[in-house]
Amino acid sequence: MTRILTMLMLAVFMPLSLALPAAAQLQVRVDEGNFKPTPLAIPDFEVRGENAEMAQDIADVVRADLESTGLFDIQNPASFIQKDLSIDVQPRFPDWRIIQTEGLVVGAYEELPDGKIAVSFRLWDVYGGEVMRINGQPGRRLTTTPDNWRRIAHKIADSIYTRLTGEDPYFDTRIVYIAETGPKTERVKRLAIMDSDGANQQYLTPGTNTVLTPRFSPSAQEITYMSYEGGRPRVYLFNIETGRQELLGNFPGMTFAPRFSRDGQSVLLTQAQGGNSEIYLMNLRTRQSRRLTDHPAIDTSPSMSPDGRAIVFTSDRGGSPQLYIMNTDGSPRTCPSGGRDVACRITFNKGQYSTPVWSPRGDLVAFTKQLGGRFYIGVIGIDGKGERLLTEAYLDEGPDWSPNGRVIIYFRESRPGAGPELWSVDLSGRNERRVPTQTDASDPAWSPLLE
Amino acid sequence: MKTTLKFTAAAAVVLAVGACASKPEPVEQVEEQAPVEVVDNTPTVTEPVDTKPVGPTGPVAGSLEDFRVNVGERVYFDLNGYRLDSDDQEILKRQAAWLEAYPAVRILVAGNCDERGTREYNLALGERRASIVKDYLVSLGVNPSRIDTISYGKERPIAAGSDEQAWALNRNGFTQLVSGTTS
Repeated sequence: MTRILTMLMLAVFMPLSLALPAAAQLQVRVDEGNFKPTPLAIPDFEVRGENAEMAQDIADVVRADLESTGLFDIQNPASFIQKDLSIDVQPRFPDWRIIQTEGLVVGAYEELPDGKIAVSFRLWDVYGGEVMRINGQPGRRLTTTPDNWRRIAHKIADSIYTRLTGEDPYFDTRIVYIAETGPKTERVKRLAIMDSDGANQQYLTPGTNTVLTPRFSPSAQEITYMSYEGGRPRVYLFNIETGRQELLGNFPGMTFAPRFSRDGQSVLLTQAQGGNSEIYLMNLRTRQSRRLTDHPAIDTSPSMSPDGRAIVFTSDRGGSPQLYIMNTDGSPRTCPSGGRDVACRITFNKGQYSTPVWSPRGDLVAFTKQLGGRFYIGVIGIDGKGERLLTEAYLDEGPDWSPNGRVIIYFRESRPGAGPELWSVDLSGRNERRVPTQTDASDPAWSPLLE
Repeated sequence: MKTTLKFTAAAAVVLAVGACASKPEPVEQVEEQAPVEVVDNTPTVTEPVDTKPVGPTGPVAGSLEDFRVNVGERVYFDLNGYRLDSDDQEILKRQAAWLEAYPAVRILVAGNCDERGTREYNLALGERRASIVKDYLVSLGVNPSRIDTISYGKERPIAAGSDEQAWALNRNGFTQLVSGTTS
C-alpha cells in the first residue's frame, strides 16, 4: 500500500518538474561575511487524516530546526497571502515574492490505512519560480509510525537544510550529556540522552556513581564514558538499547577521557598511574591495547583524525596544557615549527589549551582555551594556523562537533556560581544559543546522523 | 544546649580546616575567613560525620577526629601545582607518624582540583597530586600497601564558592582514613 502511494506521489510530481526551467537556484551561503538570514516560509501542512495536531507539531519541529541554524528567517504565517496551497499545485509565486519569501516549503500530512503516517513536501524557489529537486526528485515523502513523528520532522528539516546550504544534515541526531543536580559539594551526575533539539530527554544511569565525559560510537548505538562505579574511576561502554554497562579493559590505576576511533573498532583512552598519564588505543574486538604516548608529563584527551592516522591530545610536557598531534602508528611527523618529532605542538598563542576534538571534515580542531581568567571555545587548523575563538564566558568547556562539522556544542557556566548549561555555536562564531535541558548539564557529545 | 554543642563541634572543625590551610599566600585568608559553609560540606561526601562534641580531654587517640584535629587531613596545592611545600611536608610528616602509631589504619589519598581547569586535564592533575602525596608518605616509611589513591579532578570541591579562596581550598590532597581507626 505504501509503495503504491509512493508511486502515485511520484506520478503526480513528475509532470510538474518537467514543466519547470533549470535556472540559478536559491543557495544559502553558510560562511558569508555580511550575513543575512534567508526568508523561508513553512505554512502549516495540508492534513489528510484525523490528527491535525500531529501535522501541526511536525511542521513546528521543521520550523524550529531550521530556525535554530541561524541561517533562516522563518516567516510569520500571519503574513502569508496565499492560503489555498496544495502540494500538487504550483504556488502563486507573486503572492510569496510580495512578502519577500525566498524559499517556500509546502507539506502534506497523511494517515495511512496501516496506522502509519506519511509526510510529503516540496521546496520551492520563489524567485526562480521552480521546485528545488531533492536527491533528483521534485519532492520527498517519508513514512513512519506515529510515535516516530519527530524523526520525520528532523529528516524533512535535514533535507531542506542540505538542499539549501549544500552542507550535510545534522538534525536527525542525538546528544548525550551529563545531567547534574544537587549542591556543588554533593553533585549528582547522571548519563542523559536527548534528541538534537532537546526533546525526548532520558536518563540512562541512576546517579549513584558519578559519571563523566560520555561519547558516542560511530554507530550511535554505544556510549563510552567514565564512571566512579565501585569507587574506582574507569572507562565503560554503555549499550543504549540494552542498557548494559561493561568495563573497558583491565588497566591498573584509573582510566578516563575515552573517545571512539572514527571506524568504531577502537577506543582511545587515558590511563593514569603513579602520577603519569598516557594515552592508549584499545581494540574493542581483541581487547588488546597499545600505548601511544610515552612521556612523564600529563598526556590526555585524545581525539582521532577522520582517516584514523593521527590523534590530537592535551599535554603539559611544555610546562602548561597545550595541544599536540601525533601519528597513530607513532612515526615522526613534520611539525608546524619545521622540525620532525613524534608529537607536534600546534598551539603557540598565549593561554592554556585542552579538550581537543578533531573535526569530522579533518581540517580543524576544536578546543577549550583558558586565558586571563576567562574560558573560550575555539578552532585551529591542524597545521597550528588560523586560530579563531568562537565563544567566551566565565567557563566554556568541552566542545564537540555536529556530524557535519558546522556546529559546535559545549557547556557553559555563564558567571561564577552559575550551573552548567549546554550551548551551541555555528563554526562561523554566529548563532550562539542555549540547548535546552531539564537539569544543569555538562559534557555534551553529538551522535552521528541516525540511520 | 544542643545548639551550643553543635556550634562547638563546628568551631572545632573550623579550627582543624584552618590548621591545614597554613600556606603563605591564598590560604592565609582562608584561615581568617573560612566560611561556615565549608565546614558543613567537608565531611558529607567521602566520610561519615563525627557529630560527637569535643570534650575537655580532646578526641579519642587513633580516631578520625584525632587525625583531623591533631594531624591534618589535607595538604593544599598552588594553582596548577603539584609540589609539596614545607607546610605540606609538615602535615604529611605528622600523618606518617600517626599512621606509624596506628598500623591498622588504611588510607585513600584523593587528589582534588579547583574548577578553573578542564575536566579531563584535572582528572590527570588530581591523579598526579594524589601520587605525590602517596610517594611522600611512602618515603617517610608508610607501607605503600596501606595507601590507595584516587583522583576526583574537579568533581569533589569542599568549598562551594567560586572565588580564589574556595579554589585554594579545593586544590588539595585529602588523606581519608578508610579503616582501622579507633572509634
